[in-house]
Amino acid sequence: MKRIRLVLAAVIVAGALIYLIVGGIRGAIVYYTTPSELLAQGPSAIGRTMRLGGQVMPGSRRWNAGTLDLRFTLGDGNATVPVIHHGAPPDLFTEGQGAVVEGTLGADGIFTARSIIVKHSEEYRPPPSP
Amino acid sequence: MMAMLGFLSLMLAVGCAAGGLVALLAGHRLPHDPARAAWGRVAAAGLFAGVTLAVVMMEAALIGFDFSIRYVAANVNRATPLLFRVAGLWGALEGSILLWAWILAALTLLVAVKYRGRHPDLIPSVLTVLFGIALFFVGVMVGPANPFARLPVVPPDGRGLNPLLQNHLLMAIHPPLLYVGYVGLSIPYAFAMGTLLSGQHRDEWMTLTRRWTLVAWTSLTAGLLLGARWSYDVLGWGGYWAWDPVENAAFMPWLVATAFIHSSMVQERRRLLRIWNVSLVILAFLLTIFGTFLTRSGILASVHSFTQSLIGPVFVAFLGLVMVASLLALLARLPQIRDEGGLDSPLSREAMMLLNNVVLLTMAFTIFVGTIFPLIVEAATGAKVTVGPPFFNRLFVPLGIVLLMVMGLGTALRWGRSGAEEMRKLGWLIGITLLTVTALGFAGIRGAGLVALGAVCFVTVAQVGEYVRGALARRAATSESFPVALRSLFALNRQRYYGYLTHLGLAIVITGIVGSQSGRIEVQRQLLVGQAMQVGGYTLRLDGLVALPGADKLVVAAPVAVFSGNSTALAGSPGSPGALDILRPSENFYRQARTPVPTPAVRSTWRQDLYVVLMAFDPAAQSAVLRAVVTPLVSWIWVGGTIMVIAGVLAGWPSHPT
Repeated sequence: MKRIRLVLAAVIVAGALIYLIVGGIRGAIVYYTTPSELLAQGPSAIGRTMRLGGQVMPGSRRWNAGTLDLRFTLGDGNATVPVIHHGAPPDLFTEGQGAVVEGTLGADGIFTARSIIVKHSEEYRPPPSP
Repeated sequence: MMAMLGFLSLMLAVGCAAGGLVALLAGHRLPHDPARAAWGRVAAAGLFAGVTLAVVMMEAALIGFDFSIRYVAANVNRATPLLFRVAGLWGALEGSILLWAWILAALTLLVAVKYRGRHPDLIPSVLTVLFGIALFFVGVMVGPANPFARLPVVPPDGRGLNPLLQNHLLMAIHPPLLYVGYVGLSIPYAFAMGTLLSGQHRDEWMTLTRRWTLVAWTSLTAGLLLGARWSYDVLGWGGYWAWDPVENAAFMPWLVATAFIHSSMVQERRRLLRIWNVSLVILAFLLTIFGTFLTRSGILASVHSFTQSLIGPVFVAFLGLVMVASLLALLARLPQIRDEGGLDSPLSREAMMLLNNVVLLTMAFTIFVGTIFPLIVEAATGAKVTVGPPFFNRLFVPLGIVLLMVMGLGTALRWGRSGAEEMRKLGWLIGITLLTVTALGFAGIRGAGLVALGAVCFVTVAQVGEYVRGALARRAATSESFPVALRSLFALNRQRYYGYLTHLGLAIVITGIVGSQSGRIEVQRQLLVGQAMQVGGYTLRLDGLVALPGADKLVVAAPVAVFSGNSTALAGSPGSPGALDILRPSENFYRQARTPVPTPAVRSTWRQDLYVVLMAFDPAAQSAVLRAVVTPLVSWIWVGGTIMVIAGVLAGWPSHPT
């Protein structure tokens, strides 16, 4: 009897914890998209937090050091999305290179990036030389 | 030449591991045959010699720029300084496996020699398991992960180590510490499995491996701490932990090892939790393999890279094999290792340790889910997703608070069943905690931070209370003075009293985490030389731009004078009196990298850190963009973590025979 109560208690606790963890992960998922996928989603994409990855289009980088506004365009060959970010570009950010930004798409079609993600991979390799 | 010799020594190691395994298994029917043990020692010595020779060859190739070896060409170039050429051994997959195998071979030999003639019914089985693990690691190296693979054309120069890793001394010692921790956990695993295989004992493995486990735990703790510090010192975002899969991979075994250290005490004292402990140690070992696989196989970059080399599938197969074999061994011996009794009372130390295990395992499970979920989604649907820090934080804040409460209770309660004395202790504890929480509340602290600090106070008072009570009791019994009595406590029961010290260290770390998460101020601005900016009670003035050419890199530094207060009238020459400090944040332009790597400058006090990053600069306009972050209590994390590591070392230190 005591054993059954113990097992029952363990099952309830485990169930509650799994519910918490699995439930918590739903709200915490951030999707990666490419510019083409983002544009294909249409207006439903507006306002959702996501990560947008693409190539920083050559010649698109405009940085106003006075106001710290960074503007650039991310592209993937088929589509491009204008991005605005408040803050200096991180060191690993250069035109022609890949970049991932996290933020939301506005109704004006401009993606506001809260952060530019600098990947530090444990694969200790520098980016391949051109 | 070196590639050839290195590969041959790996073949020797494979032969010895396989030979040891076969000899020990073949002698299984003659458990007490001295020849069996002797063969085990010979094979262990051969294994260690082979892997050592391979390591020497690899280091010689790295130091001597032997670019005919692919691994050397990929991780070193002619500008790499000596220290980082040596550290290149653990810079990428193949070398890391070589280091793993080397530590494992050393530990295997140590076990074979140290327990020579002792526990003849157990040690051969333990060595069998160790040879099995070693065979996998050296086998992988003569197969898909050959560190000595050659390039068809010898390049004039190598690619060099990722500058982010070369930019800090800690990166040279952080991975080996983690690996000592990882591999160290295979010792309790091997003893547990050896116990199941031999079917001879139930509790001996616990006592025999306690010190090994402590050493592994301490190394893991130090490795995690240095990793956090590296992240803070190099990455330039002003944080120390990002729930990055690479960090998670090392944190999970730490959590399970911590759980195991506590539950193993329950088995030693109360002969309970036998099955649980074996399961924990299996889990800890699996997680070390999983962590190595996760960080080194390239699966994190993309699930699809997994199938591009054989290494991923080989690791997964090994994980599966270890899991199935361990569970089968456990099931086969289940009747023999079942506990006789049960918990006497929920108000006991062992009950709290059980709860601590539940919380720690939930934490590990949370990280596991958050880490592999994106991989599963990508494999199933092709969509790339990420699970961000909010998920982990949301679960870790409440779990951490519960863990602290359990830690305080477990220290205050006694084994078996608590009595009136413990209830009095609890009364004191709760009283002091409530008073502190009230005071902190009046000081303006609110929300989860207040609850967490209350829990920290609860733990701290419980540990200090044990010291005071123990020393007072001893003073009464022996007429030693209070400080002498306190010292005797530590000397006589190292593991118990240094254990409490790790709790205190953790309380300090958590205070640092609570503080640094609650009151961070960040300002980013462009300054001309001579201009100043304000952040969190400091005034920073840009005093110039300095270029310092070096052998392997060009460093551009921006001297910044730091003043206290919000005064803008800071005319005067650079280095003017009244400055608290001159910080020199810099950017490093490595020869092999197209983008620079920042080196932030930090002014650290016990109250807060001022962290300044040089984001960009323009020598023509004599301007620079600075990011300044003021974060409270960060240094508490390093202090508390260091206390944990020192306490771990001292707890595992051999005590003098009395």
